[in-house]
Amino acid sequence: MEITIRDAVTVVHGMFFGALLLLGFSGAVAILYATSAAREAWTPTRTQLRALTLYLVLMAGLAWVAVLLGAYVVYPWYRAVAPPGTVALGAYPQRLLMSNPLTSGWHDIGMEWKEHIAWFAPIALTAAAAIFGRYGAQLRALQALRSALFGLVLLAFACAGVAGFFGAMLNKYAPVRGGSNVILMRGDPHG
Amino acid sequence: MAEDDHPVAALPTGPAAAALLAAAIGCALLGLCALAADAWRPFAQLLNLWHPTGPLSGVTDLAIVVWLATWFGLSRRWAQREIPLRGVSRAAAVLFGVGLLLTFPPFMDLLQGK
Repeated sequence: MEITIRDAVTVVHGMFFGALLLLGFSGAVAILYATSAAREAWTPTRTQLRALTLYLVLMAGLAWVAVLLGAYVVYPWYRAVAPPGTVALGAYPQRLLMSNPLTSGWHDIGMEWKEHIAWFAPIALTAAAAIFGRYGAQLRALQALRSALFGLVLLAFACAGVAGFFGAMLNKYAPVRGGSNVILMRGDPHG
Repeated sequence: MAEDDHPVAALPTGPAAAALLAAAIGCALLGLCALAADAWRPFAQLLNLWHPTGPLSGVTDLAIVVWLATWFGLSRRWAQREIPLRGVSRAAAVLFGVGLLLTFPPFMDLLQGK
């Protein structure tokens, strides 16, 4: 089992930071609902509020690491320009997608949207964490703020979901691959 | 009653409104810059702050700087004020919507007549 460095970084970007972030949204919605919207709302102590705020801060942190790693490490590999006359475009994912009208939409819509919309998630989550950290104990009384907070978290989820979906599809049709190989495990040869 | 259970005094709504509105402004600006960079090549070159990432580096850096500066400014200005959250939420929803639309490539193309 071997993997290239670029594959490994892309996996960490999408399947570790990105997927972990998406998994975290169910917890965020549960926190907001339990502390502010449920009919018999749970009133957390200060210590519990700090822990719940930390959860949202960690989610925002995951989102920031995912977008920064994506934009400044993976994206330059994705958009690398192939030297003139290059026929084998495997090392140039953007060019590979754009070379075929059946796959160019994955770049023109998928990557073009993903590269921008992904940033909404960390911005919205940072605001949500800041608001929850300050107003957590009062959210039950501030209905407009509670709705806005749910809106921020749902917006972040939608944006992270779009980015995650297109990231997975882009990597399916034109994987970001290259660099040195990392051997994870040696198996037995078959046949 | 344990220290942990002390009731929290009511806080002014200004800082919440500042956080919400600044985030929405940052996202709307990101959409505007994305559209402008797509439509106008000199602007894209101006935003090409780090060549390997291209204009995306400038689009996002500018949006983040404006978002944080707006948040800081509004937080200071509204620190002790009661700001109507319903109106701020509506304004934020519109700005988030603008940002989402302007980053959606088919809508960008429509605006540019492509």
